[in-house]
Amino acid sequence: MGCSAVVMLMLSGCASIEPWVKPYQRDKLADPIMAFGRHPVALQHVAHVQDSREAAKGANGSGGGGCGCN
Amino acid sequence: MAAGAAAVVAIRQTLLLLLTCLAAAAQAAVLPQDRADLMYHSYQGGGVSIDGPALMLRKKAGQALSLSAYYYVDTVSGASIDVVATASAYTEQRREARLGIDYLAGNSIISANYAQSDEDDYQAKSVSFAVSHDTFGGMTTLSLEAGLGDDTVSRNGDESFSADVKRYNYKLGWTQVLSSSWIAAMNLQVDLDEGFLNNPYRSVRYLDANEPRGYGYQSEVYPDTRNAVAVALVNKVYLPYRAALSFNLRHYQDSWDIRALDAELEYVHPLSAQWTLEAKVRWYSQTQAKFYSDLFAFASQQNFMARDKELSDFSNWTLGLGASYGLPGWAFWPAAKPEVNLQWDHIRFSYNNFRDVTAADAQTGLEPLYRLDANVIRAFFSVYF
Repeated sequence: MGCSAVVMLMLSGCASIEPWVKPYQRDKLADPIMAFGRHPVALQHVAHVQDSREAAKGANGSGGGGCGCN
Repeated sequence: MAAGAAAVVAIRQTLLLLLTCLAAAAQAAVLPQDRADLMYHSYQGGGVSIDGPALMLRKKAGQALSLSAYYYVDTVSGASIDVVATASAYTEQRREARLGIDYLAGNSIISANYAQSDEDDYQAKSVSFAVSHDTFGGMTTLSLEAGLGDDTVSRNGDESFSADVKRYNYKLGWTQVLSSSWIAAMNLQVDLDEGFLNNPYRSVRYLDANEPRGYGYQSEVYPDTRNAVAVALVNKVYLPYRAALSFNLRHYQDSWDIRALDAELEYVHPLSAQWTLEAKVRWYSQTQAKFYSDLFAFASQQNFMARDKELSDFSNWTLGLGASYGLPGWAFWPAAKPEVNLQWDHIRFSYNNFRDVTAADAQTGLEPLYRLDANVIRAFFSVYF
């Protein structure tokens, strides 16, 4: 009973949260200057320079996409 | 029994909820744009010169596949502070090749990559598999990646030496559109390394009254496992005029007690249809590995000993400038958009407990702290098509 209530609450939460940035509102996000990793070949080099001289590594990439506009 | 049935129902309803949320206003993922990049790169700093070419190609094959290839050469010459102190100058070359394939399936992209790197004394091979999924009306991208690396370490001048390293890494990414001009991402990476992790040429120094200079050298000894977690937060904002500002923050921690933090601010400003300028500033700081010392009290003082400056306590600042220029289109290939780019980074490293043993007339253990300035250049020609 309790579980069902939680699930119903979550379902109602899902229904109330709609994507608030519509595809036609993403022209700025689609601008090439907003791309994560505009120049992949340069990013590879930056990461290589850093990884070779610093102990820290990883998590410096991005999942990419996101705005569905690439 | 009733409780079990209720749990099953709850799980089903939760799955339904997830599916409902994931399917909401679905928008298809997009494969990366076709492009080719040819780059010359150079690093000059601390007595070392590294340069070479790099080539990257990406091309769609049909509607659902994108293939990528990358080839990179490093030619290293000169003598770093470590080499000056304990060995002779050298020249070596490293060649790296990567192949990748991305498959678009609805809102998801499934990727596989293979990489191989070859040097005289180090061979590395790795594979990785990744999936990314666009959801929530195209506002959210979730990604997962798993990688496996297999390295073979050897030592020039010692044919009998050979050792292995196994590397496992796992990545989790969440990219989120927050507004019509703000996109953010959080990335998590776990690295598990096992095997021969030290540099076979580097040495630690220890106090030795029998040596004329007051200290002697012995080989470094590292633990054979290293586990690390890095988490990064990335924000990119479109400003009220046509320009982009990004702010990246990353925290790193590993089982050798190294903690690092870095922050980077980057600004991209198109000047005209042809010219785009960019500038960045980055700060990086790390603590030392628990078995690091610039000068041990005596030989074999600990089970694990390191004097690798990359494991010391240090910080660095980077100032970077870049410019892109869009070239006029070509009559023989109207779809192509050629562009030339130049990027320059200046990096200043300040070591807090790594001393410059080449300093003349300095008392052992009281030599000046080491510093180095490096200039990094990337000049590349890109064609988008």
